[in-house]
Parts: sequence; C-alpha cells; structure tokens
Amino acid sequence: MARRDPIYGLMAEFDSAQALVDAAKKTHEAGYKKIDAYSPFPIEGLAEEIGFHHDEVPLVVLIGGIIGGCTGYLMQYWMAAVDYPLNIGGKPPHSWPAFIVITFEMTILFAGISAVLGMLALNGLPMPYHPVFNVSRFAFASKDRFFLIVFSSDKKYHPVETKRFLEGLDPRSISEVPS
Amino acid sequence: MPEQYKSSTEIERAPVIEPGHTFGTVTEKISAIVLTRPATNGWFIGFGLAFMATMMLLYALGYLFLKGVGIWGITIPIGWGFAIVNFVWWIGIGHAGTLISAILLLLRQTWRNSINRFAEAMTLFAVACAGIFPAVHVGRPWLAYWLFPYPNTMRVWPQFRSPLMWDVFAVSTYATISALFWFTGLIPDFATLRDRTEKRWIKLIYGMLSFGWRGSARHWHRYETMYLLLAGLATPLVLSVHTVVSFDFAIGIIPGWHTTIFPPYFVAGAIYSGFAMVLMLAIPIRKIYGLEDFITERHLQNSAKVMLATGLIVAYGYGIEAFMGWYSGERTDMFLLWNRLHGPYAFWYWSLLLCNIFIPQVLWIRKLRTSPIALFFISLVILVGMWLERFIIVVLSLHRDFLTSSWGMYYPTRWDYMTYFGTIGLFLMLMFLFLRVLPAISIFEMRTLLPEAEVKE
Repeated sequence: MARRDPIYGLMAEFDSAQALVDAAKKTHEAGYKKIDAYSPFPIEGLAEEIGFHHDEVPLVVLIGGIIGGCTGYLMQYWMAAVDYPLNIGGKPPHSWPAFIVITFEMTILFAGISAVLGMLALNGLPMPYHPVFNVSRFAFASKDRFFLIVFSSDKKYHPVETKRFLEGLDPRSISEVPS
Repeated sequence: MPEQYKSSTEIERAPVIEPGHTFGTVTEKISAIVLTRPATNGWFIGFGLAFMATMMLLYALGYLFLKGVGIWGITIPIGWGFAIVNFVWWIGIGHAGTLISAILLLLRQTWRNSINRFAEAMTLFAVACAGIFPAVHVGRPWLAYWLFPYPNTMRVWPQFRSPLMWDVFAVSTYATISALFWFTGLIPDFATLRDRTEKRWIKLIYGMLSFGWRGSARHWHRYETMYLLLAGLATPLVLSVHTVVSFDFAIGIIPGWHTTIFPPYFVAGAIYSGFAMVLMLAIPIRKIYGLEDFITERHLQNSAKVMLATGLIVAYGYGIEAFMGWYSGERTDMFLLWNRLHGPYAFWYWSLLLCNIFIPQVLWIRKLRTSPIALFFISLVILVGMWLERFIIVVLSLHRDFLTSSWGMYYPTRWDYMTYFGTIGLFLMLMFLFLRVLPAISIFEMRTLLPEAEVKE
C-alpha cells in the first residue's frame, strides 16, 4: 500500500467563475493532471479544462432503458401469453399493440432510475466525509466562491513548487488540505 | 413610431431576475426563508386550516374503509363519480410541473429556473392526491396492490390489455420519475443549506440529504448530463401519462368517450389547469416571501400566455367533440351533444364553457396578464372549469347511454365532497411544509442566470 500523504492537496480560492476556468486551464496546461475544480453552479467547459472527457452517464441510461423495455415487454408476453392466457374479447394472447404502453413506461422508469443511480455511483456519492471539507473556507464553495485543488498524489506535485505556481494564478487565498 | 404601434418585443421585457443580485444575495435570500425566517402567525393559520382539511380527508377515508364505496353517490349507471373526476383533475394539475422542469429545460427557456422547484413540488403533491382516488375507488382498497404484477399464491396475473393497467404503470412511473427529478434537483441546494446553517442537527440533516455534494467539476458534468437525460425522458413521459389517462375513456365504447381527439385534448387541458395552479401558488408565495425579484412579471406573463394557448387547444377539442357528435350521424352521439346543451346537467356544461373558454379570453389583454390579482382569479376560474370538464366527461356520458331503461342521475354525497376538499387540504398542507423546510426556488439554477456566471473561453 502506498504511503498516505498527510497533505491531501493544495487548494486555491477564486472570486469568479472566469478566474477559476482560466486557472484550471493554466494548471492543466502546466502538466498537473490530478486536479479538481469546485463551483457553486455548473460551469460549461470547466470539466474539459481539467481533463475530464469520458462521461459514462449516457451509456448507463441507454443500458437501463434497453433492460427496462425488454423487461416490460417480456413480462407482459410471459404473463399474458404463456403463464396465464385469458381470452379477452377474442384478442390473441400475444396482443402486442396492447403491450406497447407498459413497455414504454418501463423503458422510461428503468432509464430514469439508472440515470440517477448511475450519476451518483460514478460520482462516488453519497460520501458524507471528504478531505476538502476540512478547509473551513470551503463552505463558500456552495455559495459564491470557486476552488481549484491540486492533489498531492499528482506526479508533478511538490509542496513548495506547486504552492508557488498556484500563487502565480492570483488566487484570493491558498490552503493546505489535510487528509 | 407611436408607442401603441410598437410590437411587444420592442417594448422592454421584464427581466427574469431583477438586476443587482449576486451569487451571495441570491443564496442568502432563498436559503433564509428556510434557515432563519421564523414561522409567522399567517403560516400557522394557513397550515392549521390545511391540516384540519387533511384530518377531514382521513375521517372520510376511514369511514369509507368501514362502510365501502356505497357512502359515495356512485350507482349504476354512474359508477365513476367524483373519484375519477378528481383523479383526472389532480393528475392534470401535476403536468405543468413536469412541463416547466423538463420541456422548458430542453427548450432552453431560462425563465423556468425560478419556478421549476415549487412547480415540481406541486407535481409530486398533486400526484399524491390523485393516487388516493383510484386506490380507494377499487372497492376493497386494502387489496389495491393486486393491480401490480407480483407472484402470488392465486397464480393469476393482471390483464395487460386493459387501459386501467396501463394507467397503473403510467402513473406510478410518473410519480417515481417526478420524485427523482425533484430530489436530484435539490441535492446541490441541500449542500448550500448544509454550509449555511449554524445549528448542528440541521447541518446533519441537510448534509445527509446532500449526499456529501461538494460541487466538483466532474460531478457537475455528470450531474448536468443526468439532468438533461432525465428531462428528455420526462418529456415523452408526461405526454404519455395524460394520454393513457384519456385511454381509460377512449378505449371504451361509451358515447362521448370513444374518440381519437382525447389524448391531445387531455394533455392540453392538463397543462392548462397545471399552469393555473402554478400561478395560484406563485402569486401569493412571491408576495408573502418577497420573491418579486426572482418571480417577476415575466413569469406571470409567460404562464398566462401558456394558459391562453392551451386554453384555445381545449376549446378546439370541445368544438371537435361537438362536431364529431353531429357528423357521426350516430343517434347516441347526437343525443349526448343535445343532452350536454339542454339536459339536466346543462347548467354545468354552460358553466364549463364560460370558465374554460370565454372568461380566459381576457388574457389577450396585456394589462390583465401582468396583474397578479387578476391572474389569481382567472386561474381560479380555470381550475374550476377544468374540474367541471372532467365532471361532464365522466358523468354525462354514463348517465344516459344506449338504453333509456338504464338511465340515471348522479348525486354526490357529503362524503364525496369531504374527500375532494380533503385532498385540497392535503395538497396545501404539503405545500406549507415544503416552503418551510426546502428551498422553494432552485438556488444553483438561479446562480447560472446571473451575468457574472458567464464564462468566456
């Protein structure tokens, strides 16, 4: 097991969304790969600036939808045509047009649930404790401040060099995040 | 060019959010309603009245469980009385919430950001009220779970060719997806409340509800993808729900029900009544909690325009219904039309036309579209009208159909009224609680509307 660094990372605080995006871009270009940015609202393009390109949520939703649709249709087919066939108004046991509505609803239901659970699972939530919460100023990340963190696990991370680099980005404050 | 000839786009439009707000003020203003503002006497009185009405609902339902549906006015031939009327009315009201949160999101109508949260809450509570009715109307409500396909010792399965089964799936899917949409929308705001509160136990509750949300860029990216996909899923879903509700009628062969106009006309009617409810809630809320900066004249105007448009679709639906009744040449269909205009319920049919078609035409007047008081009362009229519409559809088609020997009249009893007004109480009670414990306006989506949120590459 790797040695656990007592410092989780270095965190810089910014005043505006624009400053955060610019800083994230510069940090990523400077060769820092293990970084993250925090903002009180979604900022378009910010995830790409810190090197995040593979969003698997759509795939999860697609798979969920397909499973839901198949489950819905096969369930009705098996129940109405195989296990418990009933003659309703002379319609055939496998009366597929009547099965479309429930197939559709089950597709939506499964896709919707997988969207939410998929997003939570991929984000690693729920996670009540996280080292970034140790920084008291981080409480403003859900109000009007913007934060950039360089994790100490990054190859290029150096306690002094990285701090100097972050200072060059003109942040409002810099804090060490204890792990 | 003289002022009166300028088109409405040239006259300055009211903003979505009043100028001068920052991330900080938006956050403080909305979270203060939940965290620091004390509950006023007005809140306690309103909540108390709604609570009493809810108790009345429980009393009416308790008596129903003891005695059975015979305490209601339903008989043969009118087996679908208030229960189905109220079910369709409540489900319809819920539709505006999903329209605002999902369809307007896909259409990039940013003004939705200030009203989507409580509109979604309205959806959930309306669906909760709606769900009560079919469950207690089945006769033996304690066996209502038989509607779901679960493996059982009787070795039977539900009958999937029935539109009533489709309804079970449509409504339960709708309730689930609406709840998910609402809850995931709240997660970032829970994090805000967690970070704003001073009290430890409140921090703990909101902290748990927020799932430890920290606003990471990666998280936001997946979150936005999920939100957009959920909106894309909810859009066909909401259209399908009232379509399926209309199938409950349209698949039957009763005169006046067996028509293809029903699905679009039901969906339009649902959005019509839903926006009326949104306005009836938004107008007092923005006044009492001082949220005029966030729910501006623009929102009132836009909602009024949606009502005007959907109201005209509904009017078209009535026209086609009448036309098809005459054009079919079918005696029972022509009689139904005559019976609506001149029969024993004619007064209610004319009231319905007055409430749903004639009075709402005043919304063409710009001055009334921007007057909160006028809009409040027009919305009330529309809600009454939409309730009457469902009453006319359910009762008039059933009370005089093919055989004169099986004609009858429908007289609702006090238990019908107690159940109906009881659900209104339940709805309002849930709204009162919602306003006190959850942010009524989406804080993080409001932040994105501010000019300082814009980022250049």
